[in-house]
Amino acid sequence: MSNSRISSQENHVFVPKTVTKTIVISVVLLFIVSVLSLAFGSRFVTWNELMTGLFYPEQDSYGASVVRERIPRTVFALFCGAALGVSGALMQAITRNPIADPSILGVNTGAALFVVSGLAFFNISTASEYIWFAIAGAMLTAIFVYAIGSLGRTGATPLKLVLAGAATSAALSSLVSAVLIPRTDVMDQFRFWQVGSLGSASWNAILTFLPFLIAGVILAICTAPALNALALGDDLAKSQGVQLTTLRIFSAFAGVVLCAVATALAGPIGFIGLLATHLVRLLLGPDLRIVIPMAAIAGAVVLTFADVVGRVIGSPGELEVGVVTALIGAPLLIYLAIKLKVRSL
Amino acid sequence: MTTNSLITIKHGRQKRQRRWLLVNFLLIITAMVLCVAMLLLGNTFHHPADVFRALTGETVEGVSFAVNNIRFPRMLAGLLAGIAFGIAGNTFQTMLRNPLANPEILGITAGSSVAALFCILILQTSQAVTSFSAVIAGLLTVIVIYFLSRSGAFSIGRLILVGIGIQAMLSAVISYLLMVGGHQDLPSALRWLSGSLNGVQMNSLAPLVLVVMIFLPIIVFLGRHLQLLELGEQAAISLGLRTDLTRILLIVSSVCMIAFATSVTGPIAFVAFLAGPIAKRIAGVGYSNVLPAGLVGANLVLAADLIGQFAFDVRFPVGIITGILGAHSCFIY
Repeated sequence: MSNSRISSQENHVFVPKTVTKTIVISVVLLFIVSVLSLAFGSRFVTWNELMTGLFYPEQDSYGASVVRERIPRTVFALFCGAALGVSGALMQAITRNPIADPSILGVNTGAALFVVSGLAFFNISTASEYIWFAIAGAMLTAIFVYAIGSLGRTGATPLKLVLAGAATSAALSSLVSAVLIPRTDVMDQFRFWQVGSLGSASWNAILTFLPFLIAGVILAICTAPALNALALGDDLAKSQGVQLTTLRIFSAFAGVVLCAVATALAGPIGFIGLLATHLVRLLLGPDLRIVIPMAAIAGAVVLTFADVVGRVIGSPGELEVGVVTALIGAPLLIYLAIKLKVRSL
Repeated sequence: MTTNSLITIKHGRQKRQRRWLLVNFLLIITAMVLCVAMLLLGNTFHHPADVFRALTGETVEGVSFAVNNIRFPRMLAGLLAGIAFGIAGNTFQTMLRNPLANPEILGITAGSSVAALFCILILQTSQAVTSFSAVIAGLLTVIVIYFLSRSGAFSIGRLILVGIGIQAMLSAVISYLLMVGGHQDLPSALRWLSGSLNGVQMNSLAPLVLVVMIFLPIIVFLGRHLQLLELGEQAAISLGLRTDLTRILLIVSSVCMIAFATSVTGPIAFVAFLAGPIAKRIAGVGYSNVLPAGLVGANLVLAADLIGQFAFDVRFPVGIITGILGAHSCFIY
């Protein structure tokens, strides 16, 4: 009986009106940030130039070619944001911890360290090699942080996970500097391995990135109903017939791969997962079947917007997007910490 | 029966005391050996007698300059910064009852760095003003973290989480300041970001010497109280400790030590993080961990600097070596 009540409540969320409204709003937002990302930067582009750049490939003007240069960057920002958003949502669901995000748990830094080591010691050069190294690094770091965080009697509490992540991340980023410092000639080029940036976007990178993004998001959406059950606690989830180990492995795999590919090409960008997931949860409730796909959209919007802000503030250069997301995201982390109940620490 | 157990307790106590004394003694010896090594080694090896004569004021051809102007300040900076970082880190770890909680991760170091960078890059103030504002900013950061984590019920966990958030934000501000800052000021700004003992001048060391001499005794004196704080808020109060006062004194002293040490050497990664747990492991429990932590810190910095100077083809700054050490020890945890 209670079961039927739960499911009817869950169905309540799927009222077509809400879904339509949400989809319309997301499409509008995505459109707005994309236009902003094409128009703003160290040089502002007029509407005419924007239109020429987008729709009249035969005409050439300075503004139009600026717009064309900005297209891959914008697409890349949208995809990266989506990957990081979903990854954050998954990590929060798996660890049942509102303060989880690839950067807070140090997974991003692990991926960055592996890519940097690959560049320095194994001469990797293609985007797909970056991605495989990043996945390996992210995987190892995730396992390691979870292992440290769940030491002791109380198991993996949010506090212990976050602390383990912060400490690991600090240690790994000094390793990144240790790899980079003797190679000052390439240091400038690889500065974005310490603070994430979208400056290296290219169509080639996007194409390599895309299959991983699609596979990760599909896997995430498939695990969402079971993750909903996991939110009730291990025992209740098990009694609902959820295979806990399988679920954890698959969803963690999806989460780690998603943030690893984003890091492989853009460096460690923080807090997108945290921001996106909490934004969505605030507006649409905690049902992961909605939160996960919407976190992708919210992540894309937030990251692209942060990138625009970074380019405008940093003009004529650019302020790395990782810096901007930290400036927006860290206050949210503090707010969540203040709101968190003492018991759950 | 009771006499027997009393004897056992007494015996154990003596054993722990002997161990504590022995460990401190050994740490002092190794620190001295490392100090001497830092004076003797360099681009050229100098004979101990020459070094000694140079230090006592005689002019020795080719030795005096290297020893008095380069190696001695370097050695002293490493020693003092190591002590300061070790003790401050240990104080925070003990007070917050978590080995992972240290000034670096809680954003206190970052707070000092932001203020220092702002002074150097934007206001272009003198070194004294820079150090002073770094201390103030460090204290302000602690106050902000403390008050933010007080809303609702105070808990150490909340304080740590808030600290991590503050740290992330301040690091972002640091990146921004570095981008805005002029290129000519960058070298002195970078000193605040990556630990290095290169080019330490004797006259910039004076404030650090003073600060360590003032606050080291205070923290050592409060060592017993720190041990009580470690038992938890309620236990400490019921044992008659004025917890708020003790905490404030400890925090102010630690932050001053860190800020001044950072102004000379930059934040040497992971010394504050490692010194406490290492000291605890070798010196055992039961006695104040303050002195051993300071000594371990000094040993770490000196040894790491020697390794950084001579072990590789490239000269690594000391912060990178301690960072690598820290990373490894993370894996051992």
